[in-house]
Amino acid sequence: MIWVDTLVQGILLGGLYALFAAGLSLVFGVMRLVNLAHGDLIVLAAFVILTIATTLGLHPFVAVFLAMPIMFAVGWGLQTYILNRVLGDDILPPLLVTFGLSVVIQNTLLETFSADSQKLTAGPIEAQSVALGPTTVGLTPLLTLASAILVIFALNQLFYRTKLGRAFRATSDDPVTVGLMVIRPNNVFAIATGIAMVVATIAALYLGVRANFDPTIGPARLLYAFQAVIIGGLGSLWGTLAGGIIIGVAQALGAAVNPEWQLLSGHVAFVLVLLFRPRGLFPRAND
Amino acid sequence: MLDQKTINRILMAFGIVGVALLFAVPIIGSRAMVQDLFGVLTLLILAQNWNLLAGFAGLVSVGQQAFVGVGAYAMFACVILLGLDPLVGILVGGFVAMALAVPMAFFAFRLAGAYFAIGTWVVAEIVRLCFAQWKALGGGTGTSLPKGTTKNMFGVPEIKELLGVSSSAASDALTYWLALVLALATLGAGYFFLRSRMGLGLQAIRDNDEAARSVGVNPTRLKAWVFMLTAFGTGICGALLFIQITRVTPEAAFSVLDWTAFVIFITVIGGIGTLPGPIVGVVFFYILQRALSDYGTVYLIVLGSIGIIVMLFARRGLWGLFSDKTGIELLSLRQYAPETKPNPLAQIK
Repeated sequence: MIWVDTLVQGILLGGLYALFAAGLSLVFGVMRLVNLAHGDLIVLAAFVILTIATTLGLHPFVAVFLAMPIMFAVGWGLQTYILNRVLGDDILPPLLVTFGLSVVIQNTLLETFSADSQKLTAGPIEAQSVALGPTTVGLTPLLTLASAILVIFALNQLFYRTKLGRAFRATSDDPVTVGLMVIRPNNVFAIATGIAMVVATIAALYLGVRANFDPTIGPARLLYAFQAVIIGGLGSLWGTLAGGIIIGVAQALGAAVNPEWQLLSGHVAFVLVLLFRPRGLFPRAND
Repeated sequence: MLDQKTINRILMAFGIVGVALLFAVPIIGSRAMVQDLFGVLTLLILAQNWNLLAGFAGLVSVGQQAFVGVGAYAMFACVILLGLDPLVGILVGGFVAMALAVPMAFFAFRLAGAYFAIGTWVVAEIVRLCFAQWKALGGGTGTSLPKGTTKNMFGVPEIKELLGVSSSAASDALTYWLALVLALATLGAGYFFLRSRMGLGLQAIRDNDEAARSVGVNPTRLKAWVFMLTAFGTGICGALLFIQITRVTPEAAFSVLDWTAFVIFITVIGGIGTLPGPIVGVVFFYILQRALSDYGTVYLIVLGSIGIIVMLFARRGLWGLFSDKTGIELLSLRQYAPETKPNPLAQIK
């Protein structure tokens, strides 16, 4: 019985990791960019929501809608003014630039908001639970997983059903040729990163409502997100959801055996999957 | 106008005087200066190793802290559990780090390009979490070297007598000299390795992988060698660092900020893929840290921003800029075609 409960908790935790990872997966799918600052950008989004919620006295679930356009602008600007300059065959510049960004964002947040732990207070919803078959689950974790599924469904619709999605896929395939079709690759990249930051804002909402956060937790979130993306297979959004759930379940099972093994078992699951499936479970692209 | 050879000779003379002065610091300088320079030299060793890895072999690792931490823990285990001299522990630390590099390479080399960075980082996290479980060395809270260990270290009593200083100053001097020798050895080894057949192959891979393969260079084997050798250097440096620190915790020994992030910025700002780059970078880092020491983490923000600017506008760093402007090359890896003797038959027509 306890194992079923652990499994369910793990799946729900996986929803949060899938949300962390969805933006990363989108950016990689469109421009093959590995953004090492993604975790810190999620934490930045959490602080944006916190600032809006406290200054305007809004509920975090409302404040998130005001934070989204701000983070879209951050993503757009980041891509236009910095990241577009380093895209190319050489993998070193984008890695080092995003690594630099990670350190800059982290320490700017430290200077601005101090190292104190913060939390987004969402009121009674935090403690509510619902009965789900043989187990009882918290409402917020359930909402997290539901949001993850919704976000990934929406991103897939965007990718495969809209004009913008067609531009994404075309630019991903051949950024030079799309130029002939009056599409500016740099613009497409900027919009993609903007959307990734909107997804990161949703992830930040649940990050802040479910647990405490402080400026230094970004890199750990980045690792979970990357593990989810790589396990799922590069460029596959549903794969990313599966990858997040695998990490979540592995962590929950590890924690059930020994609380000190939570993080370790997540990492070990990642290594094991890659030893047997080097390209992840559902690889889409041939690169 | 001086020609290249004269300039090189002058710079070489400056270099030799500089090294001699560095060796004399424990005799003529203060103890604070020795400790400061020890920190600079160890960062330089780490940066030289990372530069070989990322700048020449194209292996952008964000998991070098794994080797620092393993080296440190191996040294502590030698001293505490086996009762060996810390200096033996340093060597053991290097070999243990090298041994860790084998399974790590086996896993991380499956990941292409940017994913290699994440893979090495994850492995470093796994190693950190495992060492936090090692109860004999304090588990998650860590442990200290037994009292008096560094005072009785091999060579310390002699130095104490020779310089007429306290035991702890003598042990600082010893670790400082070891760091200096190690930094020079790493520089020399890097130079000769890169000038060798293997090094040439490595640079050929970096410039054009397929062309290098077609003339018989085996990229995976070469890269695995570099990965293991730099793990050895990084592990030794980690053990040496923690003799000076005398206390080890999983967080400090496997710190991604202290042992990898700083090192990356030092190399990038100084000039990645050039041998003098890490030296320039570490001097720059030291000055920056000193100048902004009153403003908390501001120096990290400045460091990160400068790293980004360098990557955007001057990819070969400060040394690359200087070298391009002045035409001065130090420790150049350029290979010249052998001089052809004039053909005596060409005269006869």
